[in-house]
Amino acid sequence: MKKHVIEDGIDRRGFLKCMAWAGAGVIWTISGGVPKSFGLNRFAEGGIGPTGNDIIFAQISDSHIGFNKHANQDVTRTFQIAVEKINALPVAPSFIIHTGDITHLSRPEEFDTVNQILKDKLTKDVFYAPGEHDVLGDDGKQYLKLFGKGTNGDGWYSFNHGGLHFIGLVNVLNLKPGGLGNLGTSQLEWLKKDLRDLPSSTPIVIFAHIPLWSVYPDWGWGTDDSAQALSYLKRFGSVTVLNGHIHQVLQKVEGNITFHTANSTAFPQPEPGKAPSPGPLTVPAEKLRNLLGLTTVNYIEKSESLAIVDSSLE
Amino acid sequence: MRKLNDKKIKYIYLFIFFLLITSAGFNAYSVGDERILNTVKIENEMQVIGIDNFSFNPSNLTIKSGTVVKWVNHDDIPHLLVFTGDKMFKSPVLDTDQEFSQIFIEPGTYNYFCSLHPKMTAKIIVK
Repeated sequence: MKKHVIEDGIDRRGFLKCMAWAGAGVIWTISGGVPKSFGLNRFAEGGIGPTGNDIIFAQISDSHIGFNKHANQDVTRTFQIAVEKINALPVAPSFIIHTGDITHLSRPEEFDTVNQILKDKLTKDVFYAPGEHDVLGDDGKQYLKLFGKGTNGDGWYSFNHGGLHFIGLVNVLNLKPGGLGNLGTSQLEWLKKDLRDLPSSTPIVIFAHIPLWSVYPDWGWGTDDSAQALSYLKRFGSVTVLNGHIHQVLQKVEGNITFHTANSTAFPQPEPGKAPSPGPLTVPAEKLRNLLGLTTVNYIEKSESLAIVDSSLE
Repeated sequence: MRKLNDKKIKYIYLFIFFLLITSAGFNAYSVGDERILNTVKIENEMQVIGIDNFSFNPSNLTIKSGTVVKWVNHDDIPHLLVFTGDKMFKSPVLDTDQEFSQIFIEPGTYNYFCSLHPKMTAKIIVK
């Protein structure tokens, strides 16, 4: 069961689908809930790149440091490559957001490896949201000690940057049998208060590990009480939700909210329902780095839009 | 005289062992206590539950009191068993090919799930 192998024989339709799935270079600009797409080359060449006032940040996800099975036996290296790619961006991002599953087994040495690699980053700050693999065995105490300074409850928090309001949520604790991701009453109350005094024109970026929309509940790819959280966001003109967990790029626009899931830097997972389980997907070695990657988000202040760019490690 | 003392000591040990079994219920005999588990392995029936493709197989198992159940994780992803109800307890994190054993003595229904992947639910019925 462990290995779901993609064979080489992909037809044109399958190839195009695969490229879209891998997030191989489309920029989405969301303005008033209407998405527009641009070729990656224009971004790389500076055609629609940031101006002096724009804000860029990078999202990395699911580094699973400590994983060493067939799907990727060197997750440390692929995580390093992601950091090197962030360092090489034409404009340095303001910060990095890591949307969880930082480690594979919550071992201290795995957290230490992540910290060692991120020492080489050129960007000053990293903001984290924990994945279920980061809170194993201790209900997140170690994670909180390492990354939760100044946060609330189990590690949720918010901050402002360049006119945007960022919110990091925790939806991987106190999970119920048969259920999905869970935010919980305390966190929802905090969220409501956190948003209460913000003008509706403030662009909001929310990030958490498990998707805050129902991607594929049969595989646990959703959050039980996310509808409550999203109801607090209806009055805002621009809301961007960044998640990890499913190790592939998926996007959805619903009213004022753009949902986006990021690639993993460690290993891909199958498309929803296309395998017996969501376990690691083993692909031919030469294709692996095309299915891993990072996301950069560019906020263009004057047009109040967010451009989301996914790039692979290759 | 010496012989009689040894016999007494043996009875005391047996009594302590009996007390351990009856007072602590099923919960005291996890893999952590190798001495007790080894005894159990010799004397008790064992059932194996495989963890494959994010599911317990079998997910519904009926056993006799005193049976040892062993879970073996065949997935490339770790799992962690959490038993719910009055006697809630957890297994250690089970990475690929790791096992966890537990003896069940008190009759009843024991529901459990994986705390990483809560869609994975199952139960053990002890007759």
